[in-house]
Amino acid sequence: MEKREVIYRHSGAVRLTHWVNALVLLVLLMSGLQIFNAHPALYLGSKSDFERPVMAMGAVQDGERVKGVTTVFGHAFDTTGAFGLAGDAENGYEDRGFPWWSTLPGHRDLATGRRWHFFFAWLFLFNGLAYLLWSLASGHLRRDLAPSGKELKHIGASIWEHVRLKFPTGEEAKRYNVLQKLAYLLVALILLPLMLLTGLAMSPGMDAAFPFLLDMFGGRQSARTIHFIAASGIVIFVVVHLVMVLISGVWNNLRSMITGRYVIAPAEDKP
Amino acid sequence: MSGERRLDRRGFLARGLAAASTALLGGCDDLSDQPWVRRVLDSAETVTRVTQRALLTPEALAREYSEADLSREFKANGSTNSEDPDYVTHAKNGFADWRLVVGGLVDEPLELSLAELRAMPSRTQITRHDCVEGWSCIGKWKGVPLSALLEKAKLKQDARYIVFYCADDLGQTGTEADKYYESIGLADAFHAQTILAYEMNDQTLPIPHGAPLRLRVERQLGYKMAKYVMRIEAVDGLASIRGGRGGFWEDLGYEWYAGI
Repeated sequence: MEKREVIYRHSGAVRLTHWVNALVLLVLLMSGLQIFNAHPALYLGSKSDFERPVMAMGAVQDGERVKGVTTVFGHAFDTTGAFGLAGDAENGYEDRGFPWWSTLPGHRDLATGRRWHFFFAWLFLFNGLAYLLWSLASGHLRRDLAPSGKELKHIGASIWEHVRLKFPTGEEAKRYNVLQKLAYLLVALILLPLMLLTGLAMSPGMDAAFPFLLDMFGGRQSARTIHFIAASGIVIFVVVHLVMVLISGVWNNLRSMITGRYVIAPAEDKP
Repeated sequence: MSGERRLDRRGFLARGLAAASTALLGGCDDLSDQPWVRRVLDSAETVTRVTQRALLTPEALAREYSEADLSREFKANGSTNSEDPDYVTHAKNGFADWRLVVGGLVDEPLELSLAELRAMPSRTQITRHDCVEGWSCIGKWKGVPLSALLEKAKLKQDARYIVFYCADDLGQTGTEADKYYESIGLADAFHAQTILAYEMNDQTLPIPHGAPLRLRVERQLGYKMAKYVMRIEAVDGLASIRGGRGGFWEDLGYEWYAGI
């Protein structure tokens, strides 16, 4: 049996920007849903074709009762209690997209939602730039995140290990595995910058300063739709990320992201 | 462990989570009401305004579209009419006796009829209207550039803002103090695409869209583009006007600088 080994896994810069980002993204998501609720419908192109939204949430009268309905590409789904309708028979119904507990503020208040969103958008930008510049300068990006050709070749094996919930031990556990690397790169280099750019493409001021923002995404309403989809992608990433943190040694993972120290489980003897 | 106990524990966990999130969210809602939190959050508007002002040269134009891009249905938002007695009288009369009043910090106050406004140089533009709610519509606007009007009225040196007083009563209280008003800075006031439109989609500006005259400030959001403009005033500050924040929606917490 090997001795328990403790390594220094996450640098101070990674830990700090990670937690700032976690808080900032939570506020941006919830205030973003408040803003979305002001007009809970998405479109493609430059303008809103109110007759043909890509996705829309709303309340409709169905005989005696009121239903929450979410329409996606013309297909309507009954989402009463989740999307399109809030409240109950006793306290009255409210026509709203996302439920109160997912928005900031909880009640309908677009002005305040925008204040939270844009303050935290600036924090997101500064924190993200600090992380990216540091990652480039320190070699974090190249050393810890860029997957090697060999790793990419063995991606199938890594997927199989994940499916069986087998996590690396020994030397292997000192690095991110290839799926981790790809997931982190997807979020840090694609999804989060996409959030920023599609956000800016919704600004009439930024569109006048940088008209290419509109062409990049196929118009302001398309940019708004991509903003929503990319945000959903980040939510899915965070859910998977949290599940992986929980099942692959929650205290060890949390400690490593707070103090930097990570305990390496001894490698299993291969038969 | 029995199934019942597991359910109990699950119910307990669910209730606990619900209680914790309620406390957390309640906390955030309370935070939104704290004056110091508001001040901190509101500081982002200054950062945004200074940044966009630095990026937006006078030559930076909002995108102009083609006839083919026009919205089939241009949503008329906010007020779609005015019950103000003077306005109703003018509307019945096709605004023939109506006059736009230009005053405040100007050397030559003006009173202009629609015919006089139409006789001035005009600009026609097909632009995208971005509502703060999130939707966009594309419309064609023809009107007199605000800069032409301000040059005619000879703006004084100390003028900093242009304020637009409107006929519509969005506050629904029937008092003068709750009527719609808006204001913009000189950078936007003298921008080429800032016009007072009297035509929309080649028709006389319809009442739901702000007849007889509405403002177009194409590099900002829709609520800046005051409809039913009756009077224009050049001022050196906004603090003493109505709620002091420079506009109807601004007094209710929305940003004065609405470039985002």
